Amino acid sequence: MAWVNAIIQGVLIGGLYALFACGLSLMFGVMKVVNLAHGDLAVVAGYIAIGIITIIHIPVLWSFLIVVPLMALLGYVLQRTILQGALDRSVLTTLMVTFGLSVVIENGLLQFFTANSRAIGTGLALVSGSFTVGSQIQIGYLPLVIFVVAVVVLLGLQYFLSASKFGRLIRAVADDKEAAQLSGADYRHVFGIAAAIAFGTVALAGIAYGMYSQLDPTAGTDTILLFAFAAVVIGGLGSLWGTLLGGVVLGVAQQIGAQISLSDEVLAGFIVFLAVLVLRPQGLISRGAQS
Amino acid sequence: MSLATESTARSAENVRVTRSSRNVAWTGAVALIVVVVLAMFPYIVHSGVTAILVQAFILLTLASMWNLLAGYAGLVSVGQQAFVGLGAYAVLILAIHGASPFAALPFAAIACGVAALPLWWLVSRLRTGYFAIATWVLAATVMLIIEKFSSIGGGTGMPLPGFTGMDPTLLTAYTYWAGLAVTVVALAAIYLLLRGRLGLVLTAVRDDEVAARSSGARVGLARMLVFLVAGAGCGAAGAVLAISQLQVQPSAVFSVQWTAEMAFATIIGGLGTIEGPIVGTAVFMVLQQTLASYNAWYLIILGLVAIVVALFARRGLWGLVDARINVRLFPVGYWLRAEEDRPRRLLTRPRRGLHARPGGGR
Amino acid sequence: MTISGDGERPDGGTPLLEVRDLTVHHGQLRALDAISLRVLPGEVYAIIGANGAGKSTLMRTIAGLHHPTAGSVLFDGTDVTGLRPERRAGQGIVMVPEGRRLFGSLSVEENLKVGATYARPGPWTIERVYEMFDWMRERRGQLTAQLSGGEQQTVAIGRALVANPRVLLLDELSLGLAPVIVQRIYGMLPQIMSTGLTVLLVEQDVSQALRVASHIHCLLEGRTTLEGRPADVTADQVEAAYFGLAGAGPVSQPGEGSEP
Repeated sequence: MAWVNAIIQGVLIGGLYALFACGLSLMFGVMKVVNLAHGDLAVVAGYIAIGIITIIHIPVLWSFLIVVPLMALLGYVLQRTILQGALDRSVLTTLMVTFGLSVVIENGLLQFFTANSRAIGTGLALVSGSFTVGSQIQIGYLPLVIFVVAVVVLLGLQYFLSASKFGRLIRAVADDKEAAQLSGADYRHVFGIAAAIAFGTVALAGIAYGMYSQLDPTAGTDTILLFAFAAVVIGGLGSLWGTLLGGVVLGVAQQIGAQISLSDEVLAGFIVFLAVLVLRPQGLISRGAQS
Repeated sequence: MSLATESTARSAENVRVTRSSRNVAWTGAVALIVVVVLAMFPYIVHSGVTAILVQAFILLTLASMWNLLAGYAGLVSVGQQAFVGLGAYAVLILAIHGASPFAALPFAAIACGVAALPLWWLVSRLRTGYFAIATWVLAATVMLIIEKFSSIGGGTGMPLPGFTGMDPTLLTAYTYWAGLAVTVVALAAIYLLLRGRLGLVLTAVRDDEVAARSSGARVGLARMLVFLVAGAGCGAAGAVLAISQLQVQPSAVFSVQWTAEMAFATIIGGLGTIEGPIVGTAVFMVLQQTLASYNAWYLIILGLVAIVVALFARRGLWGLVDARINVRLFPVGYWLRAEEDRPRRLLTRPRRGLHARPGGGR
Repeated sequence: MTISGDGERPDGGTPLLEVRDLTVHHGQLRALDAISLRVLPGEVYAIIGANGAGKSTLMRTIAGLHHPTAGSVLFDGTDVTGLRPERRAGQGIVMVPEGRRLFGSLSVEENLKVGATYARPGPWTIERVYEMFDWMRERRGQLTAQLSGGEQQTVAIGRALVANPRVLLLDELSLGLAPVIVQRIYGMLPQIMSTGLTVLLVEQDVSQALRVASHIHCLLEGRTTLEGRPADVTADQVEAAYFGLAGAGPVSQPGEGSEP
């Protein structure tokens, strides 16, 4: 029974991973930017939420309404300025710049918040509560809610991309940004919107992570970034459902690893990631990652 | 006559291709003098200074390797800390079995070069961005695996055996010379590699990969060689690190901070030139020593400077100097010397606004 | 006929599109050397020349994808040299790029919709494109990557048309297409232009260009070697201008030019 619980837990946490991953996938798919600071942005969002809650004393769920749009705006500005500048130079430059950002953010957080980890307390029964199915299967409320939110967000994003005017524009720019220019689209603005969406979703995921687990300055790279990327690689680029599947596979692999030995949780996930990278770089659902 | 044919016609008559500028003779002598002077430091300065210099040697070796990877082979690796750690652990393992850590150093480097082979097989087909992340995951994975072995310290690490009974002054001196030796060998190896065919292949690929491939350049082989050399180099630096710290802790030797430091030093100093990492390391050490008491600040400042340099001064501080004076301490290019003219360098990025005109333009 | 290469159109009136002394470099290589031309409203202006002559560079610079080293591009009297490509499209300069460059992951209709996103007001709509190319309506949900070359070319033209351009730039329509298809597409040119369009096209197939154009401009290694109405030039003159043979007639440098 412990195994069944573990797998269910893995599936649910996969939702959170997918939420982390979809922003990364979007930025890579649209502007070919591998944002090495992606995980740190989630942590920043979490810390901002903590800060706001501490200062203004609003209920936790309200912090989403402030932080997510704020991060989205930050994403647009960062993309139009620094990231676009790096993109204009070369792929190597974007990697170096985002890596630099990651280090600066992490050390900045270390300076101001110390290395202690914090959680976003909700005071609600939501966080620690759970319900039982049957006699032995336990499902936590929070992971379930996070999973549902993740699916809803992914559905919304998928719909936006496939059916809306701007979503179509994003896809067109991703295919051929020069041709899109010839059709009147300013691709820098489109990139900005894509970045805004990516930052918004990662902020959402970051705050959720802060509620589910602890936040600390290095969590961005220690866990989040690598997990997000693992989810993207396992699920394959170019498909949001692939990202969800990737997150779920990662989560399940980790929980199975934890069942084998508690310290093997993270390692198990990485091994699956590396295995997929070797055997099937396109991931489990199409679209290539190879040169 | 068209532009292209005129200029080649004129140039074929009275030019010759030489290997180096007039600089190399005396820069070689200066380098030798510098190394000799540095070697004498343990006799001249006190151990605090040599300790700092050991850190500088480690960083310079790492930065040179990262520069080789990213600046010449186009491989942005965020996982070189894997080799730093492997080098440290190689020394540890050999020392546990009775070897002197100093004697173990070269073997540690070789072991890392060999270990790089399967790792290359895992990541070699990946495109730039994926390559970066994959190397990061690899490094994290290597650390997690190593931490499982309690015989070499598990998750907490263990002290490095093999120094019992050694005079502390002698130990400091030997550590210093080990660091110096590794750096000199690393730089010499990189210089010789880039001077030869490998350098030619890499520069060609850097300019135009498709053209390079169709000219027969073995691009994959060249990149693999670079990855192996960088693995060995970072491993050697890791070995020196273990010796200088007298212990090996996984979280310290496998920290991604190593990549941050080597990347920043290289970017700020100048990506794509051998001199760049030297300049970058110097800047880095100065900043680190000045801001030592301010903890994470030096990394924040260095990170910001690296971002600015990457965006606006693509060739780093050395690039700014090089653009003015045209000097190369490590000449790896070719010079085109016309009999009458001043020598003009080939294979550099064209300066803006310069374009050949056929005789009698508008 | 004028072969002075300075673009003068003594017969024409105000040009819709004008290029003055345009010099364009690719790095150190000079691709275009002080090119001048004037396109009059309602005409079909064809640029011909061998590979590497600078034709596509000229088109791309007019469209805004390339920055000139010197010279200017004027549209309807206004200097647009500094305008980004998307802004030029908004003004009415729309290009059908070389190689079609359709959005591969989008369907036929989605491609047209993207073209219509920033469209100027005008007679062209997606409906009208479907009326002109009847097969498109039925297959509008299909991904463009699955279409044949000729079909892709018509979708690309349609995508440009729904933006309601004033001048349509056609870059190497015939590339990679069978001659029959090419002729059929060019055959639709009159119908396309019936709404008052002006067309500037680049064409490698000289005889095709001579058939549809009202004005010809030949480039060789970035310079103008011939210019004039198809009726006024002989096949020999065109051939000489195209290949840069001796006896091509006085090729004066732009700026020095004196008219015959």
